[in-house]
Amino acid sequence: MGGLVYYSSTSENTHRFVEKLGVGGVRLPVDAASEPPVVDEPFVLVLPTYGGGGGQGAVPKPVIRFLNIAHNRDLIRGVIASGNTNFGTGYCIAGDIVSQKCAVPLLYRFELLGTDEDVANVRQGLERFWTRSH
Amino acid sequence: MNMHAKPISRVRAINWNRIQDDKDLEVWNRLTSNFWLPEKVPLSNDIPSWATLKPEEQQLTIRVFTGLTLLDTIQNGVGAVRLMADAQTPHEEAVLSNISFMEAVHARSYSSIFSTLCLTPDVDDAYRWSEENEFLQRKAQLILAQYESGDPLKKKVASTFLESFLFYSGFYLPMYWSSRAKLTNTADLIRLIIKDEAVHGYYIGYKFQREIERLSDTRKQEIKDFAFDFLLELYDNEARYTEELYDGVGLTEDVKKFLHYNANKALMNLGYEALFPPEACKVNAAILSALSPNADENHDFFSGSGSSYVIGKAIATEDEDWNF
Repeated sequence: MGGLVYYSSTSENTHRFVEKLGVGGVRLPVDAASEPPVVDEPFVLVLPTYGGGGGQGAVPKPVIRFLNIAHNRDLIRGVIASGNTNFGTGYCIAGDIVSQKCAVPLLYRFELLGTDEDVANVRQGLERFWTRSH
Repeated sequence: MNMHAKPISRVRAINWNRIQDDKDLEVWNRLTSNFWLPEKVPLSNDIPSWATLKPEEQQLTIRVFTGLTLLDTIQNGVGAVRLMADAQTPHEEAVLSNISFMEAVHARSYSSIFSTLCLTPDVDDAYRWSEENEFLQRKAQLILAQYESGDPLKKKVASTFLESFLFYSGFYLPMYWSSRAKLTNTADLIRLIIKDEAVHGYYIGYKFQREIERLSDTRKQEIKDFAFDFLLELYDNEARYTEELYDGVGLTEDVKKFLHYNANKALMNLGYEALFPPEACKVNAAILSALSPNADENHDFFSGSGSSYVIGKAIATEDEDWNF
């Protein structure tokens, strides 16, 4: 089974979702100025959507810095995004952007902290995903 | 005679280059970049569409918008202002002043809709209705009582519930009309309001969470119990308000699902788990699609075969950050 890399701001929303998954994960630094980690196994990225609903600024800066490292980018296998349907067409758009920039599937979307149903779906989905692809 | 003046605390100028909480600047930037005015939306294009609504549908729409105006009025003049008194940083106070002003813009927008589409006597009737409607008045009183309580945490709970839950019995209707290709420009304006309210609920809920993390477990539990009890009290009233408005057009049960869905999101903004079970929150696909056009697309790769995944065209983002 591959790993999980995630970004969560000080709101801790995504952090709580990942905690509930209970499969561990590498948290990217909240501070955009910090050096991003370099990973050494295939991973799925979990990230929240930022900005006011357009594509501009939707992907958090620390995620961009992390993915700008070619070695990290080579190891991404899928992306899971959170958002809020109130943002209309911008709902979870950070997931679409990463999916298209890195040519990996957008695996799942959830709102805010995610519900118990979301947690169960992602936990089972990740298990199947890693079994199927590796 | 005492000539010594009583020492007064120094007054400090806000410094946006010394930020204590990055969220303040992030939300300030988000809100200011979302700024809009109702004049931007060509509401008059909805005049022919308005004429196709039955008189009772027009009355329902005006009443719903009057109810929304009342909530915006409270949030503009009381809610955001009372929260400012508890601000932990000068930047939080500035963000709340933006929230207060945007609520005034929202309240003003409904009057733009009225003056564009409706007859003055019909609107006057709806305002009278809003002052006499038991459930709308009760909703306002329940929220105002918390704003008057002086408890910074309860004020934030009430404010988050107003922003993220109480608006939605109203927001449902323009989404419903939009899903039937009616009042589509009005729906565009409401979508701008819906985006703003999402940021407001997120930010106030965030500040709430920062405050409770410092409390003892006992106090945390007390506040959580208060929040869930208060949500249920608001929900009972909201359900009756919904029945009174929507029974006549047969939409009550559909609206209630939308209420459950949004009540869960309001709780999540406070950092709490969802309360209503998934089956009670299955929002009508047409309404969800009117709110968020691609939300109901099958993005659940996990449950599908995965073969439907297609690489699309690249979406532009900040190019300097994406030097692959």
